[in-house]
Amino acid sequence: MQWEIVIGLEVHTQLSTQSKIFSGASTAYGAAPNTQACEVDLALPGVLPVLNKGAVERAIKFGLSINAKINSPSIFARKNYFYPDLPKGYQISQFELPIVQGGNIHIQLDGEEKIIRLTRAHLEEDAGKSLHEDFHGMTGIDLNRAGTPLLEIVSEPDMRSSAEAVAYAKTLHTLVRWIGICDGNMQEGSFRCDANVSVRPMGSEKLGTRCEIKNLNSFRFLEKAIDFEARRQIEILEDGGLIRQETRLYDANKDQTRTMRSKEDANDYRYFPDPDLLPLEISHDWIEQLQKTLPELPQARRDRYSAQFGLSKYDASVLTGSREMADYFDTAVKLLPEHAKLCANWIMGEISGQLNKENMEITDCPVKPSDLVALLARISDGTISGKAAKTVFESLWQGEHGKNVDTIIATKGLKQISDDNAIEKLVDDVLAANPQQVEDYRNGKEKAFNSLIGQIMKATQGKANPAQVNAILKKKLTQ
Amino acid sequence: MTLSLNDVKRIADLAYIEIDDNQAQATLTQLSSIFNLIETMQSVDTTSVEPMSHSQSVTQRLRDDIVTDSDQRALFQALAPQVEEGLYLVPQVIE
Repeated sequence: MQWEIVIGLEVHTQLSTQSKIFSGASTAYGAAPNTQACEVDLALPGVLPVLNKGAVERAIKFGLSINAKINSPSIFARKNYFYPDLPKGYQISQFELPIVQGGNIHIQLDGEEKIIRLTRAHLEEDAGKSLHEDFHGMTGIDLNRAGTPLLEIVSEPDMRSSAEAVAYAKTLHTLVRWIGICDGNMQEGSFRCDANVSVRPMGSEKLGTRCEIKNLNSFRFLEKAIDFEARRQIEILEDGGLIRQETRLYDANKDQTRTMRSKEDANDYRYFPDPDLLPLEISHDWIEQLQKTLPELPQARRDRYSAQFGLSKYDASVLTGSREMADYFDTAVKLLPEHAKLCANWIMGEISGQLNKENMEITDCPVKPSDLVALLARISDGTISGKAAKTVFESLWQGEHGKNVDTIIATKGLKQISDDNAIEKLVDDVLAANPQQVEDYRNGKEKAFNSLIGQIMKATQGKANPAQVNAILKKKLTQ
Repeated sequence: MTLSLNDVKRIADLAYIEIDDNQAQATLTQLSSIFNLIETMQSVDTTSVEPMSHSQSVTQRLRDDIVTDSDQRALFQALAPQVEEGLYLVPQVIE
């Protein structure tokens, strides 16, 4: 039987505020245990939560960037469960009337665009951390993370493969960094995915029983966990078994998922509105004000790059992989508007390659957009060949010769021979020295042509303009 | 809505409240009378009333995103029964 995989994702993004969602403690990562946990985070008696405006603003910005509805009023609720890293005995979250409702995200996969609908995004507080090792049979609790603002983003079950799920997660990851609401650092847990996976016979409308895989903290694990889980479910169903609804954990070392808890022992969270927090009203003016602070979004930029510069969907989507890269491209192309494709190629090729190699971000790139443009201008006006340009690029990267492109070209003798007369003379010399190959070519041996080109380039140490050499040689041979 | 003895025991279990059968039976009687009260209240016509999530019709005050709390770990941990390396120690829990 043909099976269809159905996937929905829940993504917890840590909002990039300075202070916690309900207290004035710092959210900075990596502090000594419990030095950033105040009386509110510790749930000492008599404390009250006060909502952080910065967290609300980030949630609204997200909602606006995905064309969602911003609920006003929006309500905070208590989600009740017991765990020592949650000192209150409940997590403040949202149940009814989440701050963001609906909306959608456009993903690109193999040149195709697909729309993934979002169910909701709600504000909540993170829990602390439990450390189970090395405390003589006790558990150590660090509450620095308790109260860190999270936006939980829930999608509809609109994805049909692990590749689509990864494309969605990556698009979301780009978006939250793009609009500056989350640093996206997956190692530090700022962007964590849970995947709901089910399978059903191809063509069936009814959803199968789903399993939830928790805490996937890399795109690779997300992909592998979904693939494993779908295979596991298909095998059970093909053997005539039934899927039990449960929460599962992905074990990266074994590349498999295992049961964490079944539905029977699932918590009944007994949600109810938190009496400590009043309804959150979000005025139209506030929304409009935030709308104005949003940058041009990735989707709009992709469309503009295709329309304005004729770039392919692929190029446009690579260049909008991060706002920093897109900004780099925009700065460059503004200086060299007639050579957008050349700019794009160099940013996606040499620049990205070198950044990867040196594990650097584009904001720290030693070759600034103006340096790159100065170099590309010398390619497009024929001063240097593409090959020589790579040498110039290396010099620019190393900061040689005051990063002056023309000085580098002159010092290294990279100027291309583009003078027609000079090239004609060179061609004549080579033809005179190789009568056999000329003969061969005229008798239909195409290979002889390349051999002659090679000889000419060798004679000029690669400095002759290849396009001109090509044209002149062809002209001479057919004379 | 009718509540069963099992419902009461399950709720107690979720809330980590230990109760014996007698207490469960007593709680069932009390909770049931509360439910009866709610049922009576539900006969009131509320079709023209907007649902509210809070008893007061005021809205949430917001604070600016500024760090106002500094490290008071030593003070807080003086209250804790057991601490080590800055961590609060609790009986081991592994889910």
